[in-house]
Amino acid sequence: MSFIQILTNGEQGLFKPNSLTPMQKLALRFVVVGLIYYGVVVVEGMLMRLFEVNPNLALGVEPKQFFAIMTAHPLVGIFGSTYSIVFGAFLFLVPFLMKKPLWSIKLANWNLWLIAIGTFVFWFAGFVSHYSPLYTLYWPLPADFSQFSVLGGTFFIVGIALVMVGTAFFVINIYKTITYTPEGWEKQPKGALIKSALGLTGLSNLFSKKKKEHLVSLPVAAIARGTVDTAFNAVVILFAGVLILIYMVAELFGVSLKHSAIDALLYKNIFWWGLDLIADGLVLIFVAGTWYLLATLITGKKLFMENWARAALFIEMIVSWTVWSHHLMSDQAQPGILKILSGEMVTAFELITQGLAFFITLATLWSARPLKMSYPLKFLLGGLLGFALAVPAGIMQADLGLNRILHNTQWIVGPHVHVAILVGLTMTLYSAIYFLFPILTNGAKLYSDKLANFHFWAHLLGGIGMGAFMGMAGLRGMLRRSIYLNGEFNIYMILAAISGSLLLLAFLAFFYNIVMSVGLKGVIGIFMPSKLKTTDLLPAEK
Amino acid sequence: MIDSNTVLTGQTIAYTFYVLAIMALMGWFAYKVTRDGSRKEVKSAIFYSFVGFLVVLGVSLHIVTHETIPWKSMDLNRAEIKADKVFHITMANHEFQLPSNKLIITKNEIVKFDVESKDLTYGFGLFRSDNSMVFQMQVIPGHNNDILWQFDRPAVYSIRSTEYSGPKGVNMIVRDAVEVVE
Repeated sequence: MSFIQILTNGEQGLFKPNSLTPMQKLALRFVVVGLIYYGVVVVEGMLMRLFEVNPNLALGVEPKQFFAIMTAHPLVGIFGSTYSIVFGAFLFLVPFLMKKPLWSIKLANWNLWLIAIGTFVFWFAGFVSHYSPLYTLYWPLPADFSQFSVLGGTFFIVGIALVMVGTAFFVINIYKTITYTPEGWEKQPKGALIKSALGLTGLSNLFSKKKKEHLVSLPVAAIARGTVDTAFNAVVILFAGVLILIYMVAELFGVSLKHSAIDALLYKNIFWWGLDLIADGLVLIFVAGTWYLLATLITGKKLFMENWARAALFIEMIVSWTVWSHHLMSDQAQPGILKILSGEMVTAFELITQGLAFFITLATLWSARPLKMSYPLKFLLGGLLGFALAVPAGIMQADLGLNRILHNTQWIVGPHVHVAILVGLTMTLYSAIYFLFPILTNGAKLYSDKLANFHFWAHLLGGIGMGAFMGMAGLRGMLRRSIYLNGEFNIYMILAAISGSLLLLAFLAFFYNIVMSVGLKGVIGIFMPSKLKTTDLLPAEK
Repeated sequence: MIDSNTVLTGQTIAYTFYVLAIMALMGWFAYKVTRDGSRKEVKSAIFYSFVGFLVVLGVSLHIVTHETIPWKSMDLNRAEIKADKVFHITMANHEFQLPSNKLIITKNEIVKFDVESKDLTYGFGLFRSDNSMVFQMQVIPGHNNDILWQFDRPAVYSIRSTEYSGPKGVNMIVRDAVEVVE
């Protein structure tokens, strides 16, 4: 086939969008939206890397725009990209693992478009108006109208609210799918299913002689538990959004409300409680669940120490509700007891729960030797390495002594945040994407193995390298969320930018490889309505 | 009091050693998992030992730092410690208002920096001339933000806001504002 033919019809013309079920199309749409937003995030990240080296290199980006990018960058990454890919995968996997149809495909499509449009709205509002209170939204900065446009801020918050409504639809769909009774089925034990999904059955089994069987599989339990944090997080973000909107709407009507009406420390506690449900809650729980699922699918074997894995997931959920104070260790008005108990001690539990997930996944893989070094396995090992590097870095900074000299430095955002997200989380997601690709496309063939291998190595080295050089700058005092105009940390920033460019190249290689695999017609076909009128996940075999 | 640079050097060595070890382990695992194996499961004793190791590591880190990093216990007990000198500093409209042009400290004095914000959330940090950090804290409006520090050597430090307070806040630096003398 010629280049143009492959670009149009995909590798060997194997991908036929007309053969896809509505559920396959739904999952693929989520993935495409997620990857496009990931591309936005990588480009934004690269612009910031260039700005950190020398503002003149960053294609005319001004300081105000730099901070607007810094505000949108993590939010687009979390909501536009990660939420899209994760929600798409889980809306497919929960029915797949429960062996019953998704509760509502219509609601799932609303979920997709609310997240896609909401992300565009807040990104565009920030791009145009330079609204830049950062994702932390420390009170009263988001309502400081001497620095930010009220209208721009209003659209920004509305965009976030749309994403949260979409998130609520995901939560409803997941729990409904676990508990509902499909037409013509025997009545499902709703209460028992919920108990099993939340881990209450497993907990009562610990204290009961008569052990009850687990009605939902471990990956579904992980998804259900992570979804609890997703729901709480959406409530807290919506609460913060409504609060900020009240100030904005009042300002639009010419009334300036007093900032001091809101206690900045109380607000910060509530906000971090909610936000940590993502960083230290659903991300870790979803990732652990995905590791377990991939390990069992790759090996075809039962998970090593499954009961411990279930217990660790339950503990992680409780930990995620009580861990927020590690973000307030440098706040001197925060009670010392909270800093020690929630900030240091509970956070240390994450070393244990994530360490268990790491060990259990490796032990499961080990028991099935020899394994073929497939792309899912390769990226899974990369994801495991990412968290093995990033979690201890986080435990170190969650120490009262070390936090005093690490807080708000590049150490936090480099070896901890970016290594966790780019290497740990993203490589785990890539592993799932490579695994699901032939299933979701009814056997389409990957265009190039060389590109897939380049994707792996460039992403791994770029992610670890960028985190490492940012960390080195942080240890030498370089702050995050600041601008250095005199080249104070240039050597580290140049090396971080080179590593960042590897990440950009890795993404371009992956994106090109996927487009060439399914063809442009295939990409468009994913967004066309399915011709198959079925709620089944996969087409019936002929 | 131990200098923060000494603590960071220790941390750098420990973390670098760990990074190299875990990368080597994953490389070894990736190699071995594709080779012929006995298909035997990992012994549960290894698993339980690993759990125990993680528990000990998680708890001991904070105990070790409590015993070795002097500002940690000083910070937790600062209500009971009397400072030799107190500096009241105000932050408002993206500016520091210092009690004098230069804050002079005698070596080994325990100094309290009491910082108040009149509007936004800021940060307060001391930095050496090579831009490395001595310490920092958050400055929250409507709350007490104070920190005790003991300087063990003569030096000159700059004050910088360590928290983002909007684009106007990026220049919140007062060069050579603190001087420690013999």
